[in-house]
Amino acid sequence: MCPDHIIELMHEYLDEEIDLEKEKVLRLHLQNCKDCETIFYELKKTIAFVKSVSNMQAPANFTANVLARLPKEKKKVLMTRWFKNHPILTAASLFVVLMGGSLMSTWNHEREFSVTKQRNLIVKNNTVIVPKGEVVKGDVVVRNGTLRIEGEIQGDATVINGEKYLASAGHVTGDIEVVNEVFDWIWYQMKKTAKDVVGVFDQTETK
Amino acid sequence: MEAIVKKRIKQVIKGDQDAFGEIVEIYKNSVFQLCFRMLGNRHEAEDAAQEAFIRAYVNIKSFNQDLKFSTWLFRIATNLCIDRMRKKKPDHYLDAEVAGTEGLSMYSQIPSNTELPEKELESMELQETVQKEILKLPEKYRSAIVLKYMEDLSLNEISEILDLPVGTVKTRIHRGREALKQQLRYV
Ligand SMILES: [Zn+2]
Repeated sequence: MCPDHIIELMHEYLDEEIDLEKEKVLRLHLQNCKDCETIFYELKKTIAFVKSVSNMQAPANFTANVLARLPKEKKKVLMTRWFKNHPILTAASLFVVLMGGSLMSTWNHEREFSVTKQRNLIVKNNTVIVPKGEVVKGDVVVRNGTLRIEGEIQGDATVINGEKYLASAGHVTGDIEVVNEVFDWIWYQMKKTAKDVVGVFDQTETK
Repeated sequence: MEAIVKKRIKQVIKGDQDAFGEIVEIYKNSVFQLCFRMLGNRHEAEDAAQEAFIRAYVNIKSFNQDLKFSTWLFRIATNLCIDRMRKKKPDHYLDAEVAGTEGLSMYSQIPSNTELPEKELESMELQETVQKEILKLPEKYRSAIVLKYMEDLSLNEISEILDLPVGTVKTRIHRGREALKQQLRYV
């Protein structure tokens, strides 16, 4: 029987980590020992066999299948693209982010009827009437109710979550706006915020 | 190549899945092969390889970009295959460690009548034979042999992939070679 360390030397050789001295010992032994020569040959053959079969191809459509299984995080990229194509809605989204939950809760909690207080406005149940022949000065805002305009509003008329009737004789000098959906509401708030911001700047400039 | 991969990884982190597709293209063959050699079944290997890439994608932010991506990816794939092998069936083939024999040649303890009949060997393609013998290796020798000779990786890389000291990797490769030699000597 040959010493175990000869087998060890073979492995060192196969690991390409043998030093010259040991390699000499190994070679010398192999020249004189048929058994070890066979073992060494078989080890090298084994490695050659294993290496020879080692070029497998992944199945067809492998990459596509992986991509199809990825979590839908791509939304981020898609959204960025979408934002670029829809700047106004992007602004609206940004607004939502900035105003956050507070705005939405405002929308949800303000379910009660309310109206700006102005002279000549008549309130019946949840209906606000601008009587025929009368003039209401300033912006009128009605929440969760109906606005009937038979006379004149010298300002903007806004109905949030409600309805508006403009009689043939009725007249509004400013803008008429009905806000009924959350997004309308956000849009309305955005414009209001923008106006306020502009107003602030106007004021500081005029000072 | 690593430079390209690093660039793609940055894009992937930003959520670009097309960039990840390029990474998959680069490594799909080696990852698939690794899984196939470990699991021995094309269908399972494909599923495992896909899962390895998906895990890499999901965890891409935890990848240390100073390291080699392939090492990290192979580590994911190897662990996944080992998990699956363990779930499939307990591996008692050759796996029992005999106390005090670390470093000795394992095959000397295996009865030699486990060799394949010569006729069967002749009728089989070398490819199938080698695959069959690799699958007979216990998991710890199998992973080391596959990474070394089929994926052509250095001992250092294998040590990182398997999270083992280089010395242990060497021992496993030595034993894997011995066991394979026993089976393949008559081919
Ligand atoms: Zn000898």
